[in-house]
Amino acid sequence: MSILVGKSTRVLCQGITGEAGKFHTQKAIEYGTCMVGGVTPGKGGTTVDVGGAQLPVFDSVADAVAKTGANASVIYVPAAFAADAILEAIDAKLELVICITEGIPVNDMAKVHRKLADSGTRLVGPNCPGVITPGAFEEGQHKTGCKIGIMPGYIHRPGTIGVVSRSGTLTYEAVWQLTQLGLGQSTCVGIGGDPLPGTNFVDVLRLFEDDPATEGIVMIGEIGGSAEEDAARFIAESVTKPVVGFIAGQSAPPGKRMGHAGAIIAGGKGTAAEKVKALKKAGVTMVNNPAKLGAAMAELLATRK
Amino acid sequence: MKIHEYQAKELLAKFGVPTLRGQLAHDADGAAKAFTALGAKVSVVKAQVHAGGRGKAGGVKLVKSADEAKKAAAGMFAKPLVTHQTGPEGAKVRKVWIEEGCEIARELYLGVVLDRAARSPVVMASSEGGVEIEEVAEKHPERILREWFDPLQGLAGYQARRLALKLGLSGDAFKAAVPLLQALAKCFLDKDCSMVEVNPLVVTKAGGLIALDAKVAFDSNGLFRHKDVLAFRDKDEEDARELAASEHGLNWVSLDGDVGCMVNGAGLAMATMDAIKLAGGFPANFLDVGGGATKDQVCAAFKLILKDPKVKAVLVNIFGGIAKCDVIAGGILAAAKEVHLTVPLVVRLEGTNVEIGRKMLEESGMKIHTAKTIDAAAKAVVKAAHGGKA
Repeated sequence: MSILVGKSTRVLCQGITGEAGKFHTQKAIEYGTCMVGGVTPGKGGTTVDVGGAQLPVFDSVADAVAKTGANASVIYVPAAFAADAILEAIDAKLELVICITEGIPVNDMAKVHRKLADSGTRLVGPNCPGVITPGAFEEGQHKTGCKIGIMPGYIHRPGTIGVVSRSGTLTYEAVWQLTQLGLGQSTCVGIGGDPLPGTNFVDVLRLFEDDPATEGIVMIGEIGGSAEEDAARFIAESVTKPVVGFIAGQSAPPGKRMGHAGAIIAGGKGTAAEKVKALKKAGVTMVNNPAKLGAAMAELLATRK
Repeated sequence: MKIHEYQAKELLAKFGVPTLRGQLAHDADGAAKAFTALGAKVSVVKAQVHAGGRGKAGGVKLVKSADEAKKAAAGMFAKPLVTHQTGPEGAKVRKVWIEEGCEIARELYLGVVLDRAARSPVVMASSEGGVEIEEVAEKHPERILREWFDPLQGLAGYQARRLALKLGLSGDAFKAAVPLLQALAKCFLDKDCSMVEVNPLVVTKAGGLIALDAKVAFDSNGLFRHKDVLAFRDKDEEDARELAASEHGLNWVSLDGDVGCMVNGAGLAMATMDAIKLAGGFPANFLDVGGGATKDQVCAAFKLILKDPKVKAVLVNIFGGIAKCDVIAGGILAAAKEVHLTVPLVVRLEGTNVEIGRKMLEESGMKIHTAKTIDAAAKAVVKAAHGGKA
């Protein structure tokens, strides 16, 4: 078991003929992901060669869905056109849309959210590494996993820890610590560093809580916004599984955007200190040293058993 | 991206927001001339810097003659303006805005921002004008009115009327407030703003409305479609190193510490800063070289870090995903050859092609301390910066 993505996920790549789209589609196929085709308006009817596999390219998402039976898409479309690509995917009624693109104007996302709210689509991202359900690791390779996004596949192992994070490389860091300690992952979800993500901590925490294959949760937040405070309230009320947390940006100055569009302490709000306080109060095991995330999870699981 | 008050007023005026007549001056004589040209009995000289809190810091002066305008401007140009937002070093004043005075009956607050929790833009209004909204939010949260609006439709007429009524406006002021509120919301949406603020909005004794001060900031992700807004950019107001970094596609924030950092990914970069602080040091900068860093970018980043005379040691922390460790190692070696490396360097590589990367550093013959974990790296670099051996 896993959340969001697994063996039944049939994935389209929006922007498949671009460099990033092509490269990561190939990596996804190598990992075992069921990539069924791609969309690049104007290039419909052609195929694209991804590491020897020929994938069909369509002019529209609707067309691609009709011909391939896709139920998910991953978006590598440039920022100026990415919001439109998300809207198109919602319109085609895809269950899951994962947007990797960084730099989408926030007003575009505010408009996307109007449409998203009335749809059955779950959007993950934008500005995120994606979602991965690790596959069995045999002979130095994964072949049975589902990897949708830009994360390096080999650092993951199948297991029972759910990981949810606003960051990319910091998630890899946490996953690698877990893997080295022999703690595999059920699913790892990067919700992205933008101010208006499609999926928030609460959404993913709920899924992990309901997933019988997930035993523990690692949650990585950062400064800006109040998604961690919302998560704290939800954890206090509804999460029974052990949660280990870290908030990046404890030494960040106010009023400065720390790389991510959403990582900014504005008007004195969104500091790491208040997030840590809220999560601690909710019973989350908070670490102040990012190198201790894996160890803290291992310890917590040991005391529970 | 931030802009100056006079630019914000120019922009808002295009959307129909009433402002007062004013002129820009680059020196004290210019300020005197501007006073005379405006011909008002009373004018105000306002320092133009990208920081708030100018009034309390002496950056806003009421003047009644050309001579007074000249003196006030000369005072502002003479030394950096220190406000609670500039830090102790203050901000150099390069321009002043001279604006005619007006008779004030009431001062209100109006602002448009994005409400992240509600996933919607929101107009905020308060009858506590001239006070910072954070202060009002803390002391009298009930005095802040909010009206969330549809980003596709803008602020509806009835929403604007609701706000105007709650602000206690009537007669001509009420009539003027409705299009003014809608104009602020329209500007926010049309120009991809991250903030539009009029504080104070003045109700004059004659019952008119005037934006006495204005602050507008933009979502940098939206700038690509606004050439007119980009023309407002004042590079003199930006941190020189942040500017240089942005030209190489790097995310940089200058800080006060002595440990230079180079990391890939914003979250990991923040976490690395946190680890340095935890180890007893303080970072000199935040630097995210991005997920797909090239050798040239790494090289440029390295030079930028070493330009800072405060830097006593450098920490490179890379978790290779798309960015490969051998590419990063190549960049470090290339940069170290170009610039004379005089401070200790601690490198922590992990991820894609890590073995090749580590080997390249080892075989380079350079004095590089390698570490396997974030906290080992942080401890080593702090020790090195404080004179101990890394």
